[in-house]
Amino acid sequence: MSERPIRVLIAKPGLDGHDRGAKVVARALRDAGMEVIYTGIRQTPEMIAEAALQEDVDVIGLSILSGAHMDLFPRIVEEIKRRNVNDALLVCGGIIPEEDIPALEQMGFVGVFGPGTSTQDLAKFIRDEVGQRRTRSAQSPSPAR
Amino acid sequence: MDTEWIEAVRAGNPRAVARAISAVERGGPGAHAVIAALFPFTGRAQIIGVTGAPGTGKSTLVNELAKYYRRRGDRVGIVAVDPTSPFTGGAILGDRLRMQDLSGDPGVFIRSMATRGSLGGLASATFDAVQVLDAAGFDLILVETVGAGQSEVDIAKNAQTTVVVDAPGLGDEIQAIKAGILEIADVLVVNKADRDGAGATVAALEMNLNLKPKSEKSWRPPVLKTVAIRGEGTGDVVDWIGKHRAYLEAEHLLKAKERARFRSELDMVLQRELMSRLLSHLDGDEMDSLVDKMASREMDVYQVANQLLHAAERSQA
Ligand SMILES: Nc1nc2c(ncn2[C@@H]2O[C@H](COP(=O)(O)OP(=O)(O)OP(=O)(O)O)[C@@H](O)[C@H]2O)c(=O)[nH]1
Ligand SMILES: [Mg+2]
Repeated sequence: MSERPIRVLIAKPGLDGHDRGAKVVARALRDAGMEVIYTGIRQTPEMIAEAALQEDVDVIGLSILSGAHMDLFPRIVEEIKRRNVNDALLVCGGIIPEEDIPALEQMGFVGVFGPGTSTQDLAKFIRDEVGQRRTRSAQSPSPAR
Repeated sequence: MDTEWIEAVRAGNPRAVARAISAVERGGPGAHAVIAALFPFTGRAQIIGVTGAPGTGKSTLVNELAKYYRRRGDRVGIVAVDPTSPFTGGAILGDRLRMQDLSGDPGVFIRSMATRGSLGGLASATFDAVQVLDAAGFDLILVETVGAGQSEVDIAKNAQTTVVVDAPGLGDEIQAIKAGILEIADVLVVNKADRDGAGATVAALEMNLNLKPKSEKSWRPPVLKTVAIRGEGTGDVVDWIGKHRAYLEAEHLLKAKERARFRSELDMVLQRELMSRLLSHLDGDEMDSLVDKMASREMDVYQVANQLLHAAERSQA
């Protein structure tokens, strides 16, 4: 029985049409040894939360270019909370102005990554954060965990 | 262990189901405890395997099949397995991408799994996930695997009905036969029938079926054409899955199939457990030095294996 690979959901909410960036991230995280559930473009908040719930992911990664994040992300967070997926790490990337970051952090996003972020840095950030969370939750065991 | 989560799984609570699957997927004592608690409540679901070469349209077909079964009122569980990269241990699990029609339906639960390359463990882990869904009251469980090797064939053995998906222009009919994939097909589907060459693919599959020795009673798989992206022909696939099910019932083969499955599962688990127990008694350095002896042609593989087995027996005694 080995350490469970980190499971990451990569989703693109909103209506912006291409997912090149999200695919690059998905591949980079796979190459970093993670299991990436890739759901593609035009994901509604409900679809994202449902996938995160069923797939029991450690990380939910949202990619957005359309500028609709301040509208969509709160709804996504709400749907996630409604389903009790409260231990997944929230990260986002894409085109997100500096001034929105505090509000996003307030919402529960622990990482906000701009277009310039290297995929190595992203993978390292995820590995460190998930590592910490796993250590913490190992101290408070819950059923079937 | 407290029993609240068992009730939650049995009630189909998605969070409890998701976590139970994670636990069985991780293996070890935690997994065994989950199965021990849920096993008495399994055995009700109809299990359908969908396998075939990469990209033939399996996920698209699963999406269509699930929609049919939902209309019939069944609760549908889906386990979609994709390969783990042998180099990085990571995986991209992309099957959900083709199953978006099912999103938002509380009667559907989709779980993606990576093969994780454990020793013969894939079929067990997949089947354990199926058992969780079975205990959670899903009436029908679809298991998608990429038909590439023995472990996929093992997974198919766990299904009551196996649908093998092919597509024109892959040139892999021969490949499929090699992998024994045709042997396990109860229903053959030539998807992407909107493309050139579908007729030739059907003919090639029919020819291969004709080569198989026939007995009066045995099941002959139909070869069906579909265009899964447009939902064309998928109703026929549902009908034939139903006919195969009726055949299994009429011939009293369901119990026999289940027994065969338990037997092969037992073999697999014994192999795995014996191997890991054995390895826990062996010293890695000693194994390395014995491999050196093989490299220098001092000892052959049987001599080395026997020596290690004796050493393990001694340390157990
Ligand atoms: N032309 C055509 N394309 C199809 C059909 N069915 C599926 N596709 C396309 O084929 C591609 C692969 O479909 P999937 O359903 O993901 O195939 P898969 O067998 O699940 O693929 P893997 O899980 O990666 O092995 C997608 O681009 C589909 O849109 C069809 O009937 N006709
Ligand atoms: Mg697929």
